[in-house]
Amino acid sequence: MKLLISLKVNGQTHDLAIAPHHTLLGVLREEVGLTGTKRGCDDGDCGTCTVLIDGNPITSCMLLAVDAQEKEITTIEGLAVNGQLHPVQQAFIDHGGLQCGFCTPGVILTAKYLLEQDPAPTDEQIRLGLAGNLCRCTGYVLILEAISASRDGKMQKAEATR
Amino acid sequence: MTIYPFEYFEPKELEEASSAFFEHGSEAAILAGGTDLLNMLKANILKPKVVINIKGVPGLSGIEEIDGELQLGTLTSIHDLETSKIIQENFPALSEAASFLGSIQIRFLATVGGNICRAAPSAETAPPLMAYDAQVYMYGPNGERSLPLKEFFSGPGQTVLAEGEILTKFKLPIPALRSGSAYLRHSIRQLMDLAIVNVAVSLTLDEDSETIKEARIVLGAVAPTPMHASAAEKELIGKPATLEIFEKAAQTAAQESKPISDVRSTQDYRRAMVQLFTRRALEKALPRAAQKN
Ligand SMILES: Cc1cc2nc3c(=O)[nH]c(=O)nc-3n(C[C@H](O)[C@H](O)[C@H](O)COP(=O)(O)OP(=O)(O)OC[C@H]3O[C@@H](n4cnc5c(N)ncnc54)[C@H](O)[C@@H]3O)c2cc1C
Repeated sequence: MKLLISLKVNGQTHDLAIAPHHTLLGVLREEVGLTGTKRGCDDGDCGTCTVLIDGNPITSCMLLAVDAQEKEITTIEGLAVNGQLHPVQQAFIDHGGLQCGFCTPGVILTAKYLLEQDPAPTDEQIRLGLAGNLCRCTGYVLILEAISASRDGKMQKAEATR
Repeated sequence: MTIYPFEYFEPKELEEASSAFFEHGSEAAILAGGTDLLNMLKANILKPKVVINIKGVPGLSGIEEIDGELQLGTLTSIHDLETSKIIQENFPALSEAASFLGSIQIRFLATVGGNICRAAPSAETAPPLMAYDAQVYMYGPNGERSLPLKEFFSGPGQTVLAEGEILTKFKLPIPALRSGSAYLRHSIRQLMDLAIVNVAVSLTLDEDSETIKEARIVLGAVAPTPMHASAAEKELIGKPATLEIFEKAAQTAAQESKPISDVRSTQDYRRAMVQLFTRRALEKALPRAAQKN
């Protein structure tokens, strides 16, 4: 049995016919064609499949695609504006906050949410906030540096001038 | 593993949800936040023919104070529990427990009712809800009924929910004056780990602000279901709220607990940790009780 569903991803509406047992992760990657959202553990533990739903991070492997309708879904592909990277993306490049890059989309989306909630989080708050994003390369120090560089309202300022 | 195909149903009314659930019996599964259900589907532990998503049913979420009680809809997210001002002020053990559950990503999806219906012995929200004397409401083919939460669990992963019954809400009396509470959990990693031991306590002091009038100690992960340390609770009543008395009650709580050895911990270690964390939780609750005059 297939259902007709409509997903709003990065501001664009996608009308799809899918079976209800597919997760949002699978549908984003295989139907919508956005492969920036990664499949890691597929159990909700690793956070590589993180996307924002109405601005809030969730693990897209733990949500059925039919259940993600009528919401604004943001994937890593949706952060750049007119070819200009989001300030948190830029900070990850500037500070070398990535190694293999597999966890990076999820980490950046979680970091964006954390900095929106609190423009000046402490190191401890950033670490706790990233509990659900694992980096198998264990490059946490540079990840932390990249995020720290965007705090104290710097992300918001850079966003305003984008 | 991949999820077996199923039929999907989004009822718009509680009655519709319950009758569909009743009709399909064990072939159906209720979907709330899905953070437990999807894992069970992926592991092929469950292969339901029908999945009933109750998120479109009105009236099942939200946090409200009504007539001296807190009403908590089953679909209230763990994130909302963690960040709600009413809960932080009146039920701090519940917001503390919520902040330990999974990751931010999981807390936005997971619901309080799902945590309770999953009935894991280590369920984060069970000890605080029991420590606050939560009453759980269910709706089924025979209408609504309610029970004290402590009577809801019947074993690991098991509840008293009858065929077609859906958990709808919790009601918690607003704590009396001079009440304080706290939640602590012990796990190898700070987050993204299940509890070796978790404990919620609540204390109410007499007018003299020294004598213990009421006490609740609820332990998780150390018995087939979350449990009241009833003997320890009784021991505290009428006694002065001192560290010595707390230590004794914590010893009693450890004796009452029925832990097993498993991958996370041995039985003996769990019992020792019950004692330590019960004492610490009581120590943390006391100043909160003294403050709430
Ligand atoms: C990565 C990860 C980390 C986690 N960490 C923790 C943790 O630290 N502590 C913890 O306690 N849990 C943890 N969990 C487990 C889970 O997130 C929680 O138990 C959560 O609260 C379940 O809620 P849900 O809404 O997602 O439930 P669902 O998966 O939707 O439902 C759970 C079960 O209850 C049934 N159900 C749900 N709602 C109802 C209802 N209203 N009436 C009848 N039946 C119902 C479902 O059919 C299902 O069997 C974790 C899960 C993941 C994936």
